[in-house]
Amino acid sequence: MASDKKYEPTNPTLKWVEDRLPIMGFVYNAVGAGYHVPRNLNYWWNFGVLAGFMMVVQIVTGIVLAMHYIPDITVAFDSVQHIRRDVNYGWLLQAVHANGASMFFVVVYIHILRGFYFGSYKSPREILWFLGIIIYLIMMATGFMGYVLPWGQMSFWGATVITNLFSAIPLVGDPIVTWLWGGFAVDNPTLQRFFSLHYLLPFVIVGVVVLHLVALHTHGSNNPLGIDRKSEKDSIPFHPYYTIKDMFGLGVFLIFFMGFVFFAPNFFGEPDNYIPANPLQTPAEIVPEWYLLPFYAILRSVPDIAIPGTSIVFMEAKLAGVIAMFGALVVPAALPWLDFSKVRSAQFRPIYKQLFWIFLADCILLGWVGAQKPEGMTLFLGRAATAYYFAHLLILMPLVAKFEKTRPLPESISDPVLKNEGGE
Amino acid sequence: MTTHDDVVEERRNFLYIATGAAGAVAAGAAVWPLIDQMNPSKDVLALSSIEVDISVIAEGESAVFLWRKNPVFIRHRTAEEIARAIADDNAEDLIDPQTDAERIQKPEWLVMSGVCTHFGCIPLDQQGDFGGWFCPCHGSHYDISGRIRKGPAPSNLPVMDYVFLDDSTIKIG
Repeated sequence: MASDKKYEPTNPTLKWVEDRLPIMGFVYNAVGAGYHVPRNLNYWWNFGVLAGFMMVVQIVTGIVLAMHYIPDITVAFDSVQHIRRDVNYGWLLQAVHANGASMFFVVVYIHILRGFYFGSYKSPREILWFLGIIIYLIMMATGFMGYVLPWGQMSFWGATVITNLFSAIPLVGDPIVTWLWGGFAVDNPTLQRFFSLHYLLPFVIVGVVVLHLVALHTHGSNNPLGIDRKSEKDSIPFHPYYTIKDMFGLGVFLIFFMGFVFFAPNFFGEPDNYIPANPLQTPAEIVPEWYLLPFYAILRSVPDIAIPGTSIVFMEAKLAGVIAMFGALVVPAALPWLDFSKVRSAQFRPIYKQLFWIFLADCILLGWVGAQKPEGMTLFLGRAATAYYFAHLLILMPLVAKFEKTRPLPESISDPVLKNEGGE
Repeated sequence: MTTHDDVVEERRNFLYIATGAAGAVAAGAAVWPLIDQMNPSKDVLALSSIEVDISVIAEGESAVFLWRKNPVFIRHRTAEEIARAIADDNAEDLIDPQTDAERIQKPEWLVMSGVCTHFGCIPLDQQGDFGGWFCPCHGSHYDISGRIRKGPAPSNLPVMDYVFLDDSTIKIG
């Protein structure tokens, strides 16, 4: 909730500027003392700011890498090696950008799960939740195209498999794939357009993030208790309370991030991507980036949709898998209605709290399955985990919302806090 | 009764619709070049046929050629392999039923696309449960006629247009 207080600089020059362009007031009301925030936010609320930080890191390092990278299949691979070996600090910038993609997804996944646990998607924050899903989808497209640019074996074959997903669309599938490629296979035109789009999409993300923040500031942050603020006693100014808390979180996060950059820069990479792309040889195993693995597992788990015991097939496995994969990404948008329980926070929802952890375990299991060969036991596990993923969202959420006996909510945010102060 | 005002309103509605329609056509015409530029360019389309010398492929061996940047498998099949391919013409597990004869011009030469019909990987030669090809990406098994027998791929490895120019040369495309 933005404060109604108007920002009044004391310095006459600043006052003159503010009177003509209220830029300082905008900052003051966005992340300054003018923005009032629930007083009880815990460290899980740091991850929105961390995601914003990672977005800036990726854009800044990406812009400088683009000064050295060449999107041409004859030299793309070499130009990345040139960056790593010859360009001043190229080893650092490339490592920050490549690991930064993984870090961006780490913080965004925690940010999303925070929303799941504390019911941040519920009224009146549904559109805030949609915008988050849109950002996440564009992030995946951007990350995928970025992974293609070094033009190693995994780049090439990952691009081939992922673009071929669209060939599952009936009738227009193949023309669409040819259109995406600009040829009859992944080739130079594909690399060039991926580079163009990889440069563009982050700025689209910036645009959606601005809308995400406008939507956030309209009703303010949710909080661990999941109850609305009743009085000014429930809020504290963003600055200095949360600026300092976010700075501390950023410091801890940077230790984690730089640990990879300096000590294990290839941790998230695949050895096969150090082999230049070869259109005549598919690697023995194609593994997408870790952040796509759960969805890759769903894609591969779905069998033909058929009447058992007959050869009547309603839908081929290929199309069914693609629909399930995109469904897994889109269904969470319906969460505000699937989960119609009035209580937001899992702290007061004993059943949902357990289901949340099972759901998280299910997602991790899907991620593990996505990295294995789809045979025997892993294929079965993949199918079971896929079924549970959808059952959780589409069946369990409405049932729990209807039948769960929630625990009593506190009077207000400040109530338990202020009582505790006097007590112990 | 039609009044003067009704006529004017009708005329105005027509003008609104006509203007809107013209605008929509103009917008579509302006957007189309932006979309179509991503389709294959003329020089890419120009690489439409290649001639291949097949005399170098010994019986029981396969070779891979690049046609339109995609692999083409050419296998010089043995008599035993031909017999096996024909014997499987009515196999129960054919996902995309086709006889061997429909897929070849000369029984000893199997010429077909080397792109898995699942998600576009390149199957490995002489592997899999049917002694044909096996795609390592998602486990599709093709037989010695290139027909899909097991796994997630929906159709057989496609046979493209080709002609025998003479006994040792074929033109693909």
